[in-house]
Amino acid sequence: MIKGLWGRAGWSGVTLLGVFAFAQVALARGEALNALWLLAAAICVYVIAYRFYAAWIAASVLSVDATRATPAERLNNGRDYVPTNRWVVFGHHFAAIAGPGPLVGPTLAAQFGYLPGTLWILIGAVLGGAVQDMVTLFLSTRRDGRSLGQMARDEIGAIGGMAALFGTFIIMIILIAVLGLVVVNAMKHSPWGTSTVAATIPIAMLVGVYMRHLRPGRVLEASLLGVILLLASVVMGGWVDHHPVLAALFDHEGLPLAFGVIAYGFAAAVLPVWLLLAPRDYLSTFMKLGTVLVLAIAILWLRPDIHMPAITPFIDGTGPIFGGKVFPFVFITIACGAISGFHALIASGTTPKLMTSERDIRTIGYGAMLLESFVAIMAMIAATILEPGVFFAINSPAGVVGKEALDAVNTISSWGYQVTVEQMQHLASVMGESTLFARTGGAPSLAVGMASILGSVFGEHLLALWYHFAIMFEAIFILTTLDAGTRVGRFMLQDMLGNLHPKLGETSYTPSVIFTSALVVAGWGYFLYIGVIDPNGGVNILWPLFGISNQMLAAIALSIGTGILIKSGKASKAWVTGLPLLWLLLITTTAAYEKIFSADVRVGFFAAASDLSQKLAAGVLPPEKAAVAPQLIFNQQLDAWLTAFFVIVLWVVVLDMLNMSRRYLSGKPVLPLTEAGYVATRLEKGAV
Amino acid sequence: MMNWFRQCWQHVRQLSGDDMYERYLAHYAEHHAGETDTPPLSRAEFFRQWQDEKWQGVKRCC
Repeated sequence: MIKGLWGRAGWSGVTLLGVFAFAQVALARGEALNALWLLAAAICVYVIAYRFYAAWIAASVLSVDATRATPAERLNNGRDYVPTNRWVVFGHHFAAIAGPGPLVGPTLAAQFGYLPGTLWILIGAVLGGAVQDMVTLFLSTRRDGRSLGQMARDEIGAIGGMAALFGTFIIMIILIAVLGLVVVNAMKHSPWGTSTVAATIPIAMLVGVYMRHLRPGRVLEASLLGVILLLASVVMGGWVDHHPVLAALFDHEGLPLAFGVIAYGFAAAVLPVWLLLAPRDYLSTFMKLGTVLVLAIAILWLRPDIHMPAITPFIDGTGPIFGGKVFPFVFITIACGAISGFHALIASGTTPKLMTSERDIRTIGYGAMLLESFVAIMAMIAATILEPGVFFAINSPAGVVGKEALDAVNTISSWGYQVTVEQMQHLASVMGESTLFARTGGAPSLAVGMASILGSVFGEHLLALWYHFAIMFEAIFILTTLDAGTRVGRFMLQDMLGNLHPKLGETSYTPSVIFTSALVVAGWGYFLYIGVIDPNGGVNILWPLFGISNQMLAAIALSIGTGILIKSGKASKAWVTGLPLLWLLLITTTAAYEKIFSADVRVGFFAAASDLSQKLAAGVLPPEKAAVAPQLIFNQQLDAWLTAFFVIVLWVVVLDMLNMSRRYLSGKPVLPLTEAGYVATRLEKGAV
Repeated sequence: MMNWFRQCWQHVRQLSGDDMYERYLAHYAEHHAGETDTPPLSRAEFFRQWQDEKWQGVKRCC
């Protein structure tokens, strides 16, 4: 009784604090908002959503049953099916879902001000992303850990299965291209950054050899060695930067760097996993967890003020980083951190095979997504504590604000965000860079933000070191995603081609490995190449394309979830996944429509293509732009068709699901539920 | 306090896969103890198979 009262008082307190913090965030005008309010609002929203909404979904919608044995228990083989401690599974799951996406998206979306992005990260995560992850995890757990594509095929029909497979493949291509572009933009003319990122390759190989051959299976020893070497490589980079010969060796334009990344990607896909991919993954996971923790502590310690206004005039679609109005483009730009379809691939297939009890589904499915959302909030804070003038100077491509520093600062200042050439030069020099102008992609501005936060806690004289640490930190797990993605793309392609010619489907047949790896690398390499030669920065084109494809996959996952809920006789509660699905349909369809048909050359692909062709025909383009114009025109048209393809795939899956549901509700036969039968658990609570 | 540290360390080892081999041996002893014709894999062999299997399929996200 007393305990209940205290509980109620506690939850009322959390709710009050949340409402108050939210009001501060949403209504603060004129004076600077402290970043702590953002953190407080976020944490209260997460805690309340987890305690009430997620608990209700688990109990009443999914009917999670703790007495039911999980696939890990029933099919325990000591390898991939292993009952594992709840927090260990949480760690695995979080490390798998959280990549560089939640760091990049919010940084780009900060051009609208901090408010639109923050609201979407919070609301999108608790009502959309976390629900998708949890429902998918639950469905896969009840089906022996089957993958999203298999579940789509078994429960909805062959079309859904095909769509999930194709969708995943194309997302992978776009995702890798855009992430490659982020790394290239961070390394451009930065000997320090380039040499540090390059050093991560031999370091990963050394760690790989160590844990495979020198001390087999000693993962922690090897990782510790790797982390120490990585930190040393950041310091060494500073030395390279000051060495005239070495600095010249690592000082490159975007294009040669892009070719370097492409060559690297091919090598990583062909080399055995133990040499590069697996050890790099250990390093990036440790770096990621460590840095996120340090950043959270530093923000709490420093309590920085947010300098970006709540809403900027760019919500009208005139923003310099990417074109398009706040609706629907804030929802497309921030996919990871709010709702990310890719997570459904991890939540089905891998994680369910480790879970000890269905009771953990809420913690792992819903909880890990909240933590990723929290990372996105921190990225938003790191981007918005910068002076807006500085933020726009770093992130605006040269094609929009002008190539010369003076032009750029004049343009940006004319928007009302004061910034001077001296200020930018000073900032670049304390960060150990030659320039910070036009570093589109999010990594450099995030690194400046992180360096300022960490620098003020741990000492200003280390700013350049922190900046390059942040660049290395982002690059290392971007490259992990690139390696892993290329390899998965290769497997999928081999799987598809294996239907045509069985020999091509063998994953250890060397000619097939080289052929399919080359095809996948050529796919993303093409988009990366176009992104680099595009004077408007490439991110302007690629990031929305990635956002649309990722939201499309989320909509497919939510369709599967909604369809199965309806089939399980829970139609009255299917709005839990149905509403986020409806919202995603609305935003992806609107965004795709605008990307295809808008007359604004910064939004519409066809509009941009015809504008460029006219200028080319009229001979008004400067020679260096005229040389690449035909490729840019072709790419814009290709992107338009690709966008159309995404929307068509999405609608096909949704209509397929609706048709199936309609049949079920009117009593006609549908594919049967493939849920595994009930087996009582024999594991005692806390046995693992 | 010492207990708490020990438990944390256990979790770190489990999370990183550092204790995979020990857990494999435990699983082996529990489920396959009678099979004398197939002795348990050596640490190096086990790690090799586990690592190669781990990277089949989608394991990392954006």
